[in-house]
Amino acid sequence: MLRITTRGVMAISFAAFVLAGCASKTEVEEPVAEVAPVVVAPVVEAPVVAEVKRPMVSGGKISVPAAGGMDGMEQLQGLFYFDFDQTIVKRAGHMELSKHAMVLKDDSTLRVRLEGHADERGTREYNLALGERRANAVRAYLVAEGAPRSQIEVISYGEEKPVDGGHNEAAWAMNRRVEVVYR
Amino acid sequence: MKLNAYLITLLVVCIPVKSVLADLRIEVTQGVDNALRVAVVPFDWRGAGRLPENISDIIDADLVLSGRFESLPASQMLSLPHEPAEIFNRDWRLLNVEYLVIGHVSPVGDRYRLTYTLYNVFKQSVELRQTIEGEASEMRDMAHYASDSVFKILTGIEGAFSTQIMYVTALGPLTDRRYRLNIADADGHRVETMLESKEPILSASWSQDGRYIAYVSFEVDSRPAIFLRDVVNGTRQQLTNFPGLNGAPAFSPDGKQLAVVLSKDGNPDIYILTIADRRLRRVTRHYGIDTEPSWSPDGKGIIFTSNRGGQPQIYQIQLDDLSIERLTFEGDYNAKASVLPDGSGIVMVHRREGVFHIAMLDLIRGRVTVLTETSLDESPSIAPNGSMLIYATQYGGEGILAAVSVDGGVKFNLPSSEGDVREPAWSPQKRRMFKPISE
Repeated sequence: MLRITTRGVMAISFAAFVLAGCASKTEVEEPVAEVAPVVVAPVVEAPVVAEVKRPMVSGGKISVPAAGGMDGMEQLQGLFYFDFDQTIVKRAGHMELSKHAMVLKDDSTLRVRLEGHADERGTREYNLALGERRANAVRAYLVAEGAPRSQIEVISYGEEKPVDGGHNEAAWAMNRRVEVVYR
Repeated sequence: MKLNAYLITLLVVCIPVKSVLADLRIEVTQGVDNALRVAVVPFDWRGAGRLPENISDIIDADLVLSGRFESLPASQMLSLPHEPAEIFNRDWRLLNVEYLVIGHVSPVGDRYRLTYTLYNVFKQSVELRQTIEGEASEMRDMAHYASDSVFKILTGIEGAFSTQIMYVTALGPLTDRRYRLNIADADGHRVETMLESKEPILSASWSQDGRYIAYVSFEVDSRPAIFLRDVVNGTRQQLTNFPGLNGAPAFSPDGKQLAVVLSKDGNPDIYILTIADRRLRRVTRHYGIDTEPSWSPDGKGIIFTSNRGGQPQIYQIQLDDLSIERLTFEGDYNAKASVLPDGSGIVMVHRREGVFHIAMLDLIRGRVTVLTETSLDESPSIAPNGSMLIYATQYGGEGILAAVSVDGGVKFNLPSSEGDVREPAWSPQKRRMFKPISE
């Protein structure tokens, strides 16, 4: 589940890409606050990834330069889901997790907290252990992809902090999650 | 959701059973078929002014909430005796009342003397007569003591009316929760808040002597830690602060140790913490999840939940040689077990056909009996008399507490006025003890 948001603040980098003559293959015209033809130093040439932008942390989430020639910044998905009584990250989230690993590897000042959760079924302490298992599984994946373990903290809230208070399959699926929170 | 299970089963003589000022209301949803018909006659007050509490109301509510009695409303009583000599037997046989509870309260200095009599209408005989004394602040306790005495004579079972229930409430929207750890009388009155927090509280448990409680709180840096509180003098200390899980504290029968769950060594395992010197002894060593320890009554073993076999099941470890034995083989999820006071069985959360119930495993016969008709059940806690248990469940989208007798015959709900209620723990001791005075 990729979510791409373009931040208005990135108007400058957008302009830089425009100036760099970066051919955008996508049809999407991302709306930006201003498109001021500001000359930014350094003016970059042909390469697709012209400048190394610093990832930005806001509200626990991280935004990185959009990949693959897309303009602007991309906010990484911070939620990863699990099947009932399982501690294996659903395959759909693997690619995004790899991006998180890269971000952590590239910037040793970044700290991340993996918050593990479970749905309400079953007992509370067992669910705390399950939440921790899930967060550990995400940590293992990140570390395997190169993220330094020292930058990762694991915590579990079990069933104590659901996002959906419903008592049905749909709610439970939303609550079985690990949240990647940047600090 | 089986809503019909929550309709109040009206007893023939119906008294709305609610504690008017209580935070927890009690609704009996199923009583025994052959409930005893009892009349608690309003007690006589032989002093000036008003009594701080209505003793006969408290006794009446206690007996009815046990689900084993039907009571006669005072408005239907033909006479109001306070002493055996004043009993006109025909007035009660006419109304099919089997037992009378009558009594009076007299002032003694600034204390109160309560005398109560249990009278058998058919045999026309006094089965119990006691006098106890106490202060104004103990009046509810005196009434509960009377209820316990009457209950014991009529059913052979120790009453649980003088006990307390500890529980957690969660209030407010999911994004801005407030948690409270409360202790209330078993009839829902006199709620006291032990802790209020914006972070979760869970796994509260009592020491066997009722003096201490231990619980898990996320208040420090939003991470779980175990706290110990002296209920008598209100002081508390933080006992653990390890990385990872700090959970499921359970007092040993002698009160000197706590079994706890820590994941600091890589995965959740059970440790024993000696309270006095904080020494830790590791008890389980398995890469699976080991959690929810509960002591056997003799203190020599611990039963716990483990998924070492794949799914959560109940295991027992002997503390002398650390040998482990699996106890549950029925159902694909068994957890949060506790041993009955007489050691004959364990109650636990048990999943059958996808539904979470409370069930009892008879340790002698190896049979599992489902006790509840509710679902999404969790946290069973046994009353000190070993015949009732309280647990948490869902009703109308809200967390409530419910209780059921260990034989499954009596059921009641305790909906609270305060948000979601969960994690009940029945105190092992009575709140006050009285010594009957011989007259």
